[in-house]
Amino acid sequence: MIKHLRSAADLDAETATLILDTAGEMAALAGREVKKLPTLRGRTVVNLFYEDSTRTRISFEAAAKRLSADVINFSAKGSSVSKGESLKDTALTLQAMGADAVVIRHPASGAPHRLASWVDGSVVNAGDGTHEHPTQALLDAYTMRSRLGKIDGLRVAIVGDVLHSRVARSNVLLLTTLGAQVTLVGPPTLIPVDIAAALSPATKVSYDLDSVLPDADVVMMLRVQTERMQDSYFPSAREYSRRYGLDAPRMRKLPQHAIVMHPGPMNRGMEIAPEVADSTRSTIVEQVANGVSARMAVLYLLLGGKA
Amino acid sequence: MTSYLIKNVSVLGAAPTDLVIRDGVITGETTAGETIDATGLVALPGLVDLHTHLREPGREDAETVETGSRAAALGGYTAVCAMANTSPVADTAGVVEQVWRLGREAGLVDVQPIGAVTVGLAGKQLAELGAMATSAANVRIFSDDGFCVADPRLMRRALEYVKAFDGIIAQHAEEPRLTEGAQMHEGEVSTRLGLTGWPAVAEEAIIARDVLLAEHVGSRLHVCHVSTAGSVEVLRQAKARGVRVTAEVTPHHLLLTDELAASYDPVYKVNPPLRTAADVEALRQALIDGVIDVVATDHAPHAVQDKECEWAYARPGMVGLETALPVVLSVLGERWELIADRMSRTPAKIAGLAGHGGELIAGSPANLTLVDPSARRVVDPSELASRSRNTPYAGTTLPGRIVATFLRGVPTVLDGKAVK
Repeated sequence: MIKHLRSAADLDAETATLILDTAGEMAALAGREVKKLPTLRGRTVVNLFYEDSTRTRISFEAAAKRLSADVINFSAKGSSVSKGESLKDTALTLQAMGADAVVIRHPASGAPHRLASWVDGSVVNAGDGTHEHPTQALLDAYTMRSRLGKIDGLRVAIVGDVLHSRVARSNVLLLTTLGAQVTLVGPPTLIPVDIAAALSPATKVSYDLDSVLPDADVVMMLRVQTERMQDSYFPSAREYSRRYGLDAPRMRKLPQHAIVMHPGPMNRGMEIAPEVADSTRSTIVEQVANGVSARMAVLYLLLGGKA
Repeated sequence: MTSYLIKNVSVLGAAPTDLVIRDGVITGETTAGETIDATGLVALPGLVDLHTHLREPGREDAETVETGSRAAALGGYTAVCAMANTSPVADTAGVVEQVWRLGREAGLVDVQPIGAVTVGLAGKQLAELGAMATSAANVRIFSDDGFCVADPRLMRRALEYVKAFDGIIAQHAEEPRLTEGAQMHEGEVSTRLGLTGWPAVAEEAIIARDVLLAEHVGSRLHVCHVSTAGSVEVLRQAKARGVRVTAEVTPHHLLLTDELAASYDPVYKVNPPLRTAADVEALRQALIDGVIDVVATDHAPHAVQDKECEWAYARPGMVGLETALPVVLSVLGERWELIADRMSRTPAKIAGLAGHGGELIAGSPANLTLVDPSARRVVDPSELASRSRNTPYAGTTLPGRIVATFLRGVPTVLDGKAVK
């Protein structure tokens, strides 16, 4: 098993499949009256969050607790971090306290890589800057497999602000590793340069959502921050929504079996219409539940071997 | 003053001969007080660096004029130009004279201060360029390096104004609106790493504008740290038209690529950023062709805490004085004439440093360095004389060892060690 999960590129197909299979077993646990496993008893998992992200932190916290780990939540606010302590000094502190795993959310791309060079424990990337969010990709892949039965051969459209999206980068890497065909859709200003060469040569790019939808098994809508229009990435929220928002008429262009995903939090009425978000095609609430299972699988497999 | 007989030395790769140094100059004599066996060593005119950051005044924890001078001497340099982005900024006669005086006191290389173009490097108002030119520091090169003189009207005025005292504007070519938040070269690697890209066009657009401005007003322009293949093409065309433009390239842009950022180790973070292998190839060829005139280090020492952090929070820059010649040797091979031209004669000419970059013949000032080209060295950051350790070459084996350096006949380095 790998030691750290810093990028979805750390996962080969075999390891990724093992995590998804394990997540399935963890999900079965959620149906039981006692939702807890003793696996990580006596182990310490630190949630080191330099950005506010209640949903991701709670998801990791629930995952670690269901595995009986001791959980320490270390938030940048109200800690020594706001007094200017460096990541290295924080890392050395956590190291001295004997953290077996550090789950890190950080606004700077690559912070998990730096952290991994300063601690002995496992590092799990819970989102770093505009780089990656590999456990989100795992829970997304798990959701696709649950709904559609497979990942190999799926046609997945990822739509929106790919440039600033850590979710998109991790998904392209993981889904391609698992045999899916990914098409990135958005205005040219929000598609990063050389994306196929950077992530996976099979990745396609389209600027036309309507032409992509009829052939998509999965359409994943990314959150688009309205502040982006101040930087001239697009002229206005309304124009963005008209060209790249998923509304009910567009949803009808999808094949019958196709699903609609969103990593949250959503801008209803911007990238996704409320009737789409709340439709039976939508997996948005499932994704949240699957997040706990996927993160349990990651912590279990990263730490399990050392018990 | 001690005299030296440098025995069996190969001047610029020629057949071994003897050089005698007395009273600060190379003489035609054949005997001297002390003999240095230079068998197997190559003599070069003392190297001249148009671009260093010596950090004093203001960041003496990262470097001082003295420690930077020592690093320079150990790298084979006899003269270095010190950039103006100190604290306070070198934008007045007082500050440039202070730096110049500190250089004299250290006495290891000639430290030639560069003056800021604008007050506080703020890009709003011209600094008192004339006062710096007529000060004891005798400033001729002006640069806001670290920042681009982005305002085209201000750049035009600066180019025109310094004609009165044969000054030259050294531009840090970076269109600031195109590089907001930029962390590394914009391309495949920045996309993969999720780091905001610094597009090549941000450099090329400013160089294109500035060569046109320099042509329009008939002034001298120097372009700092050229880093892209596109910039080389702009310069090639401008030079073919006869524009008075010169350009420099750093050793790191001749050797390293943006792939190194994949470690997220900020020791590889530098401005302009490391580019692609195709850019590296174009820069090497441009240096050989003379489209790029000189190698300049952009020696940029940084304190440990400014590099031991997240990539986005780290300061850009690398130390380079002690590894410049070995890197250039590894890139160009033992082309001593070319190396002497690009690292000594031409930079001395651009900076107007009389006494440096001369021929190693009787009557010339004895500014020279002796290199053992057969030696190989593994770069160990802890052995650097610079106060900072941010070298990208840690653990790398590089060819060439600087054995001795003489500044006006006085050894600053002997047996590979600083004399003081």
